[in-house]
Amino acid sequence: MRYLPKSPADREAMLADIGVAGVDELFACVPEEYRLTRDLKVPRQHAESEIIEYFRKAADKNANGYASFLGAGAYRHYKPVVIDALVQRGEFLTSYTPYQPEITQGTLQAIFEFQTMICELTGMDLANASMYDGSTGAAESVMMAVRVTGRTHAVVASTVHPEYREVLQTYAQHQGLTKELVGYGKDGRVDLAALDKVVTDQTACVLIQSPNFLGLIEDVAAVAEIAHKKGALLIVSIAEAISLGVVKPPVEADIVSMEAQSFGVALSYGGPYCGVIATKEKYMRQMPGRLAGETKDKSGRRGFVLTLSTREQHIRREKATSNICTNQALVALMATIFLTVYGKQGLKELAEQNLAKARYLASQLKKAGAKLPFEKTPWFHEFVVETAEPVAIVNEQLLEKKIIGGLELGKWYPELKHAALWCVTEQNTRTQMDAAAPVVASAKSANSEKVLAGA
Amino acid sequence: MATTPEVQDHKAHRGFRGNTRKVSQHVNQNEGLIFEKSSPGKKAYRLSEMDVPAVDTAKELGSAYREDLGLMPEVSEIEIIRHFTRLSTWNYAIDLGMYPLGSCTMKYNSRVNEFVSRIEGIAEAHPYQPEKLSQGALQIMRDLQQCLIEITGMDAITLQPAAGAHGEFTGILLVRAYHESKGNPRHKVLIPDSAHGTNPATAAICGYQVENLKSNASGMVDIEALARQVTEDTAALMLTNPSTIGVFEAEIHKIAEILHAKGALLYMDGANMNALVGKTRPGDFGVDVMHLNLHKTFSTPHGGGGPGSGPVACKKILEPFLPVPLVIEKPGGQLGLSFDRPHTVGRVRSWVGNFGMFVRALAYILANGPDGLRQTTEDAVLNANYVRKKLEGHYELPYKTASMHEVVFSDKIQTRKGVKTGDIAKRLIDYGFHPYTVSFPLIVPGALMIEPTESESKEELDLFIEAMQQIAREVEENAEFVLQAPHSTRVDRMDEVAAARKPVLRWRPE
Repeated sequence: MRYLPKSPADREAMLADIGVAGVDELFACVPEEYRLTRDLKVPRQHAESEIIEYFRKAADKNANGYASFLGAGAYRHYKPVVIDALVQRGEFLTSYTPYQPEITQGTLQAIFEFQTMICELTGMDLANASMYDGSTGAAESVMMAVRVTGRTHAVVASTVHPEYREVLQTYAQHQGLTKELVGYGKDGRVDLAALDKVVTDQTACVLIQSPNFLGLIEDVAAVAEIAHKKGALLIVSIAEAISLGVVKPPVEADIVSMEAQSFGVALSYGGPYCGVIATKEKYMRQMPGRLAGETKDKSGRRGFVLTLSTREQHIRREKATSNICTNQALVALMATIFLTVYGKQGLKELAEQNLAKARYLASQLKKAGAKLPFEKTPWFHEFVVETAEPVAIVNEQLLEKKIIGGLELGKWYPELKHAALWCVTEQNTRTQMDAAAPVVASAKSANSEKVLAGA
Repeated sequence: MATTPEVQDHKAHRGFRGNTRKVSQHVNQNEGLIFEKSSPGKKAYRLSEMDVPAVDTAKELGSAYREDLGLMPEVSEIEIIRHFTRLSTWNYAIDLGMYPLGSCTMKYNSRVNEFVSRIEGIAEAHPYQPEKLSQGALQIMRDLQQCLIEITGMDAITLQPAAGAHGEFTGILLVRAYHESKGNPRHKVLIPDSAHGTNPATAAICGYQVENLKSNASGMVDIEALARQVTEDTAALMLTNPSTIGVFEAEIHKIAEILHAKGALLYMDGANMNALVGKTRPGDFGVDVMHLNLHKTFSTPHGGGGPGSGPVACKKILEPFLPVPLVIEKPGGQLGLSFDRPHTVGRVRSWVGNFGMFVRALAYILANGPDGLRQTTEDAVLNANYVRKKLEGHYELPYKTASMHEVVFSDKIQTRKGVKTGDIAKRLIDYGFHPYTVSFPLIVPGALMIEPTESESKEELDLFIEAMQQIAREVEENAEFVLQAPHSTRVDRMDEVAAARKPVLRWRPE
């Protein structure tokens, strides 16, 4: 086997040194009736070229050569090639969690830079080294708010990513947490009047997302005021991190839970991505996950270490702030490199380009007869599109033109009839958009012609 | 830059007047923070030409418009390449040498894994793209699931958990749902004192009380104590097998019987699965549910702390409770994701989990085949026993029980000279090795937990053994020298107390 660096003679010599006749003696501790005496039924040993062949064939069965307008928590942004060139360095790729600071300063300094950039982008005081993803980050943020406030009731906006809400439900189910869902108003944002009614002095936190799942920018200050006057914390989830290039950071929040996939991370059918939690300094000791901090070595040189680990499971065991151990370090490094490539100006320009392109598609779809129910509300690069025909029919016709249309919303928002969430990024060209719009317009039967004419 | 002390290298620069900016013993330049290289107007990007009309963003967003991005850096591409390349050279890594961190399974991460995960149709697959355009992704998941089910001897599996601790969480949720379906979730989870900290932390967030289970004189589960402690209120035992001292629970079948007799379940922490693959199967020896760490046993890279992947395999009785969605085969042979699972514990992560890690793990299994997987396990166990044999006597071996893939020594001999496991670890760095796991498991005071993995040649092992033997001699002859180690690194031991007392968790301009 080509990964194993021993000759048969090496093995013989080592067995002789140990003083056993054969390797099976080393497995004598396994009771005989449980020893596997046959080959595992897994595919035979493959050559490297055969492995590549297997995955190329599999890749060919996925979407290839399609223009896509999908977003909804997983975003198609360009990934500068320097990211992959750097993260494939073995010193980053094949290093462990930096528990030995003398020989892991590279990883530690990169985490420290990541934490700093996340603070700058979100307006928070500190950020952790990463969480699994945006969904688990949001759930852990809610549990953090429970610890901070000593309250066990959470209010969650229905416009938080539906999968994030499902994960929160799974996390919360055995921790004595009760939840209340608050719907959205006519403008597609959190219904502030309804929110005001359900937030009480028993509420630990209000969880919203901005831009929300429908692509709309929430009035964070107004939501914060409602939460804070009852002593509840405000958690803002950000699924599309690129929005922070042009959208004001949620400084009124107490906790920001972000998904950093947009920062140069491959879509990869849903993961690995990179969650991160940022918060105010006063909540530092309730933060889950690893933190890198600056210190000095005994000669006075600046260096970095993992710190405040008394919050964590390997010290605190059942009293830890979370059970998280392995996080998403290499993905956080990708995000860090992405952010240095675009930087202060580039992130803004990139976000502006996303916003402008989305405006163009929105106008083309409108001309083609689609309705944009929330177009008066501030939005970034995703928007709800209502069509006369069911989304399935529209999208099927788009597929024939090698276009993947917006994500059907009916599964989570049945009140939004024939509605899809479209997302435009800098990767979408005008040609693609010009090709999509007429299909959306023509995807209608004789019946729907009448509906449109009457509208 | 101001925080780095400037020194003058008189020998190398005889006659040179003034201070050099190079302050490190390291072959590379020193390297500040990226923010310290930033200045307005430098850039490393160029956006593609706009092909749509420009928009007044400030007008579009109104009061939500952001003016400024604060201290975000502005640097050029060459500076980025140098910055991160220099940082990388300050890391130790498997690619540089033996990384015998016990319990972490720091094995070779093959490059074909990375290559195939970047094939466009895989790397660019959107998780919401239509099912009929995701057949390749679903096939990869189905094929990996089949392999993992066969390797563990279990009946069903979910790939959704993002890491080992996340797998534990999922597994204990299954346990709880199972007991609830019988009318009583029960209150207690038993955890041996040798367990990873994630086990008790997991039980707590699943709403269970943690009950400690003491190990016996061999470091194994004390069967009599177990029989006394297991009641109708015990939901499960979370057992690591082989244990954290690298010992196979010889009476595993009795452990399972005692639990099952009271209706409790056996959870296996699969952190040490690298000792078992192809030689024995947890499903055969009575385990009801377990997690795997794809980033340990199945060679997906640790990446400085993640990403991982923690699939959970279980017996038939727990299958109804698995998270949504699951990969299913539809009539007609198409694959799909099934959400129609009325008894599910719910979703533990968005989408299907860390898919990119599934690709790498499957590539690893394909590269090995059944013979390679078995040989891998045999070599891992051979390596640990070889190290044990050669270091016994130099270091105290607290448990004489047969070792599998890792061996745990203690610093008992060295503490007589005031040298502790952490000091020996730091000295090992000077010999070009990453330290072993320090001070874990907790049942061994001053533990040195060594897991060589199968990826070490005899030559590398012999170098490691020589280094460890040499350090043992150094402790006897010059303990102070060991206490001051490491002597060869770019930075010395860090002031961790100061870091925690007054945390500085982000950069700010001076």
